[in-house]
Amino acid sequence: MDEHELRATLVSLLQRVAPEVEPGTLDPRLPLREQVDLDSMDFLNFLISVHERLGVDIPEADYGRLRCLDDLVAYLRPGVGAA
Amino acid sequence: MIELPLPSLGADMEKGTLLEWRVHPGDAVAKGDIVAVVDTTKAALDVESWQSGTVHELLLEPGQTVPVGTPMLTLLDPGEVAPPARSRPEAAAPQAPPTPAGIPVATAPSPATVGGAAGRATRHPVSPAARRRAAELGIDPAGLHGTGPSGAVTLKDVEASVAPPAPAADRTAAIRAAVAAAMARSKREVPHYYLTDDVPLGRATQWLQRTNLDRPIKERLLPAALYVRAVACAAVNHPAMNGLLVAGEFRPSTTVNVGMAISLRGGGVVAPAIRAAESKSLVEVMQALSDLVGRARAGRLRRNELADPTITITNLGDNSVTAVHGVIYMPQVAMIGFGTVRERPWVVDGKLVAMPVITTTLAADHRVSDGHAGARFMAEVAARLQRPEEL
Repeated sequence: MDEHELRATLVSLLQRVAPEVEPGTLDPRLPLREQVDLDSMDFLNFLISVHERLGVDIPEADYGRLRCLDDLVAYLRPGVGAA
Repeated sequence: MIELPLPSLGADMEKGTLLEWRVHPGDAVAKGDIVAVVDTTKAALDVESWQSGTVHELLLEPGQTVPVGTPMLTLLDPGEVAPPARSRPEAAAPQAPPTPAGIPVATAPSPATVGGAAGRATRHPVSPAARRRAAELGIDPAGLHGTGPSGAVTLKDVEASVAPPAPAADRTAAIRAAVAAAMARSKREVPHYYLTDDVPLGRATQWLQRTNLDRPIKERLLPAALYVRAVACAAVNHPAMNGLLVAGEFRPSTTVNVGMAISLRGGGVVAPAIRAAESKSLVEVMQALSDLVGRARAGRLRRNELADPTITITNLGDNSVTAVHGVIYMPQVAMIGFGTVRERPWVVDGKLVAMPVITTTLAADHRVSDGHAGARFMAEVAARLQRPEEL
């Protein structure tokens, strides 16, 4: 999976918990929770879907590092073999 | 023969719209089976049968809005022989099924149907719902063009013959109106009193981190699960917080069905119940919570979930507010609010430390309890949050 596919996958998984998200309008460097109305249950469900789709383990201690889309991409890239 | 009326799916529900049938005439139905999906102003809800039997006749059609108590379908007892269906075209003058008092259903044939009997045998069948609506509107359903099976005249055909269909109700506006009505009534009728407490969550936070470290992501716990358990266990010992005030009489509940206020995307709030939370494990509460949030936001709650809560929690801990002072959902008598967990200066054994602290609130009905009783309840909630391993 290359980085482009990884980003598209993350956005589509985000849309599952927040259907109003439009792919083109997300700023990848701004915290997701500032741009999308996500509570802790939504965020957990989003990470569960990321784990299920990509098979990457995400310890709870790392949640705080995953604030924006770029953070998620950087965190997940090694696990999915993206350059 | 048993008639299943449209049940009340919440204290403030007066009517519902049938979205779809989940059964057909001839189907065997067991108690608890879902027979229909009904749209209320708050959500689409599954309606369960509270009887076993065989479906005889469906008395409503999808799209029809009826008051609570209106018969939805008839069931035959096991072994009962089916009487002639009311929908047969050769049946006598349109006869409305018995309805509870106060629900107007026209029973007299309109002038247009008088004298029409001779030609009726050659006309198409008319569904019961269409027949009733036509009687209300004073038109002859047998004279209409039918679009149902074998040319049957359906409710839609009757409605279409008089007026263009109303635009689909705006769900968000409807939910807003329902919340407005329920909250305005509560503020008008319930003498709320309010208590506030600051609860240190150092131990609970550490315990959650340790517990979640060993768990796969799908089994991890959120703080909200601890709040539910703490409130449910404390409520067992404080019955004046947990129950319903109906017609001036307070009925304490033997189980603690914890309503969770869940905000909906696009606005509005619903508060379905985690049933018997006092006897569920933390993991079970977390699963129930996750399931409820998902279904509430998808608009798919079950009948009892909205009608059942005996006490409600509102948790605004995701948005940096310090405290939330709830408005009680009648006929319940208490709502517990949880704010955002923040590190604050805190004194432990004479020393100042940085401690995760949450502000909890109680809004309770002064007709049922007093501040003293409320304070004892909140003290127990706080104490239980200091022993997370026991929750």
